[in-house]
Amino acid sequence: MGVGIEVTNLNAWYGANHTLQDINLNIPANHATALIGPSGCGKSTFVRCLNRMHETNPIARVTGSVRIGDLDIYAEAKPVEIRRRVGMVFQRPNPFPTMSIYDNVAAGLKLNGYSNRRSLDEIVENSLKNSALWDEVKDDLKKKSGASLSGGQQQRLCIARALAVDPEVLLMDEPASTLDPVSTSKIEDLIFQLKVQYTIVIVTHNMQQAARVAEKTGFFLNGRMVEFDSTHKIFTNPSDKRTEDYITGRFG
Amino acid sequence: MSTNHFPLRSRLRTLTDRAVTGLTILATVIVVAPLVAIFAYLVYKGASSLNLAFFTQIPKPVGVAGGGMANAILGSAILLAIASAIGVPIGIGGGIFLAEFGRGTRLANAVRFTADVLNGVPSIVMGLAIYALIVIPQKHFSALSGGVALGIMMIPTVCRTTEEMLMMVPHAVREAALGLGVPNWRSVLSITVKTASPGIITGCMLAFARVAGETAPLLFTALGNDFWSSNLNQPIAALPLQIYVYALSPYDDWHRLAWAGSLVLIVLIVLAVSLVRYVTSRGVLKGAS
Amino acid sequence: MPEFRARQIPSQPFETPAAQSSAVPAASSAPESSAVRRFLLARGNSALADRGFHWLMVLCALSIFGIVALILWQLLLRSQLSWHAFGFRFFYQSFTDPDSHRTMYWDPVNSLFSAVPFIYGTLVSSFLALLLAVPLAVGVAVFLTEMCPGALRGPLAFLTELLAAIPSVIYGFWGFFVLVPLLREHVNPLLIQWFGWTGLFNNDNPTGLGFLAAGVILAIMILPIISSLTREVMTAVPHSQREAVLALGATRWEMIRMGVLRNARIGIVGGIILGLGRALGETMAVTMVIGNTPEIHRSLLSNGSSMAAVIATQFTEAVGDMHLSALIELGLALFIVTIIVNALAQLLVWAVTRGAPAQTH
Repeated sequence: MGVGIEVTNLNAWYGANHTLQDINLNIPANHATALIGPSGCGKSTFVRCLNRMHETNPIARVTGSVRIGDLDIYAEAKPVEIRRRVGMVFQRPNPFPTMSIYDNVAAGLKLNGYSNRRSLDEIVENSLKNSALWDEVKDDLKKKSGASLSGGQQQRLCIARALAVDPEVLLMDEPASTLDPVSTSKIEDLIFQLKVQYTIVIVTHNMQQAARVAEKTGFFLNGRMVEFDSTHKIFTNPSDKRTEDYITGRFG
Repeated sequence: MSTNHFPLRSRLRTLTDRAVTGLTILATVIVVAPLVAIFAYLVYKGASSLNLAFFTQIPKPVGVAGGGMANAILGSAILLAIASAIGVPIGIGGGIFLAEFGRGTRLANAVRFTADVLNGVPSIVMGLAIYALIVIPQKHFSALSGGVALGIMMIPTVCRTTEEMLMMVPHAVREAALGLGVPNWRSVLSITVKTASPGIITGCMLAFARVAGETAPLLFTALGNDFWSSNLNQPIAALPLQIYVYALSPYDDWHRLAWAGSLVLIVLIVLAVSLVRYVTSRGVLKGAS
Repeated sequence: MPEFRARQIPSQPFETPAAQSSAVPAASSAPESSAVRRFLLARGNSALADRGFHWLMVLCALSIFGIVALILWQLLLRSQLSWHAFGFRFFYQSFTDPDSHRTMYWDPVNSLFSAVPFIYGTLVSSFLALLLAVPLAVGVAVFLTEMCPGALRGPLAFLTELLAAIPSVIYGFWGFFVLVPLLREHVNPLLIQWFGWTGLFNNDNPTGLGFLAAGVILAIMILPIISSLTREVMTAVPHSQREAVLALGATRWEMIRMGVLRNARIGIVGGIILGLGRALGETMAVTMVIGNTPEIHRSLLSNGSSMAAVIATQFTEAVGDMHLSALIELGLALFIVTIIVNALAQLLVWAVTRGAPAQTH
């Protein structure tokens, strides 16, 4: 089961660029939360702060606190531990090119030292079923490389890979932005099913997508969170003028 | 081009263009010619002298026909094993530092620069340094000192190719591993290095092939040996050394052996270079992007 | 797009969350999940291993500085004897043979050593090599990058690459048995006949060995280095530069001269200097064809020696500590010179290709 996320006074910098300013919000457990906004508004930086991935860039810096469940991820844990609990799906599908489909899904466990062969088989199968890829790949799990799949299949493989470590939170950074419409709809279906079990945060520049999959939506602009509310309210009756301008297509 | 105000000049320009084209073609022919000549001569001389005895027997005394370079082949193998044991891990480690930890830092730039400069240091100087460092304190020539000299020579090449190959691994692959909570060291070794491994391996082979033909650093470290020896504390034979000694000897039998040895070396090197070309042209990372 | 419509998810976006989640069947949940989660939570954070790995890699990288320092230190240490005896005079002094009253430079028996003939031999053979190799190398590079049909480019580049990979001792071997006789029988007589008046080609050496043979073999050896680097910097010149010149109505050669060579010249000079660095330190091939006499001659057909060659030939049979020390001092000089030359070349090449990844093929 997923856990909630509590963000307090989060600020982030890339070098001298103040990319996130005073973000405060509560992301509910076992729901999908969408983050929308024009490009460069800081929404990607925000999700990368939730599993400390932004730290892979040496010039990045963060202040404030993020609690995932009852864990303060900046004060009480190392990045490695957090990333095992907070899965991430990236903008471009990024399967490990040298690994088979099976090994791709099992990578998070194997590389972290998990070696129970039988239970691995089961986890791989379940993860692939949960990411709706099982039927398409079950015959050549160990024969085909992850890179040989189509773009949409690769992205679902990446989701399966993230699910295999049984995270509490699943972050998705524009997971469908490089995919065709059919694959996009499959991914959206998937998010819909997964949010029962996981807390999902999805970044998207596609407002319809946010409306379709998420219960809560946050609107980011210029590094600040302008509004955070139920998706219904954001899209029908936003309280901020800028949100209204954005969703009605006046800019962005 | 309907009106041409300077017909003469125009013709001159065209002529110059043609002449230069001709000259560059000529230059290419002149450059390719010695290569073809060397290869043809080597194959002609070497193939006619190459036989089973070359690979199974040790040199016979002057005047006795036959004999081979089996001990030199074994010696080279031992020297290269020592060299690889030193050069490959350190070189790969340095390359990992340059590509994964040091990107853009001043230290990495300094290391890269020094590696390139070190690559140009004459091999004979490397031999002198190892002589001073190992042979003098030990008071005798040894296989070990020769292997160390060759190993040190491998480091810059291995280091720089490893770096280049790692740089070709897309950033997204690293992110994927880190995003799964995989520790950095594990991510680097099991994901990044593994993804780039075909390129890194061929880079090592290139360095290997290069030092396999090195003679100068062995002259006063491994020294050479006319008999079987696998003792790391004794002088040891090596293929290039043997070629050198036999080439300058006045005996036709020995010349033949030297030609055969040269052919063996060249075949080894051509294989390595072709493999590197094949791997890099095919793209180290088939399918990754 | 039929699949879009076939989806079960309501395309009506604004339903209440509660209704949505209950409408979706729960995904099958794996019973092992919690076991996996517990396993991962129990794993350490590997902070120690990560730090250890990082420092190990730093150590590997630093070893490259260590090697340079080690070489320098050892060569300095072991050349003390010669340095104390001759000081800086080592690099310019000469002696007179008490019997024949001839100038001489290298007398191991009486422990009199001077680097002059070897520096001379190294410089003469290296510059001769540059003189022969540079025009050819640039010509080949121009041909390969600008004129060559695509199908030929790969094989030709591959051939020049192979040329660079042939071991020095094989070049020397080939030079000794093919090149030297060729020079002796066919080239040298012509040079003597036509250019003998310059004093550069004297008919006093019947062997065919000497500076010219060394220069030619060195030229063949450094050609691929210069040409591949020249090619690299030429391909680094942006395409727009070429188009800009072509748009002015230039012929292809004018385009190459003004658009490419002019922009790449610093890098080409870098490549030439790199080739020089290789030539200066080249040992085996030179040793086998230069003749190995510590003498200075104006004639390029005479025997001589080079710094690397004298070390290679005399080191194992050195007659005393002073002899060894003098040879090591020669090695030290060679080391310092090649370091400087290579650093200079590297800086020039980097100045041109900086930003663009090195394209060696």
